[in-house]
Amino acid sequence: MSTEIKADINMDLKGIACPMPVIKVSQQIKKMQVGQILAAETTDPGAHADFPAWAKSTGNEIVATEKKDAVTVFFIKKLK
Amino acid sequence: MHFTNHSTKGYNMDVQKVMESLQSEMNQLKDERKNKLSMVVFSGDLDKLLAAFIIATGAAAMGLEVVMFFTFWATASLRDKKKKSKAKDLLSKMFGFMLPKGAGKVKLSQMHMGGMGTGMMKHLMKKKNVASLEELRDMAIEMETKIYICDMSMNLMGFKQEGRQ
Repeated sequence: MSTEIKADINMDLKGIACPMPVIKVSQQIKKMQVGQILAAETTDPGAHADFPAWAKSTGNEIVATEKKDAVTVFFIKKLK
Repeated sequence: MHFTNHSTKGYNMDVQKVMESLQSEMNQLKDERKNKLSMVVFSGDLDKLLAAFIIATGAAAMGLEVVMFFTFWATASLRDKKKKSKAKDLLSKMFGFMLPKGAGKVKLSQMHMGGMGTGMMKHLMKKKNVASLEELRDMAIEMETKIYICDMSMNLMGFKQEGRQ
């Protein structure tokens, strides 16, 4: 599972509650270039549902998720 | 559009052109409709305003164009806390005095308990890293949410627009 994906930008969203993780990520993605990968670390349990739904409706891709204890890292690739 | 060319070929080409332009127009209309959220915000309660701004910021993050229309009690939540009501008639002045001065002063709809309940809720929100109403409002504005305020409500309660925030 733990294939090493190198992220272009890392975001620390640990401890931040819904709906802020998705909002912060969507703002960060806007500043990035197509093809770049964003690694977002989050502890918000809602993120497991929020990020895939957000990615689907904005046309971005979650290339991988990594879970370490309470922290989940989402690797998001900007597609457009 | 002109149908001066009466040969069948020219006519067909015209029809095709018309169809194409109609198609693109329809697609445009579809796109415009798809990605929009409009909300009427009526309540001036902290909990309900929080819900409205969470929906607004969430929708904006999903790529929707968001419009919020503030009317009646909700208008007071957008007041500038530093400015005084400049209402001319006594009743409007009274409303201006009694209504909350901005987002920091709005109360919970339940368990306000003379400020204790609201204070505790705000404390909890801060402790659990939930965004405050002010933060959500600023975030919504930053995400280009369009906010409209009911002029009639402002007039009733003696509020005035003074530049933009």
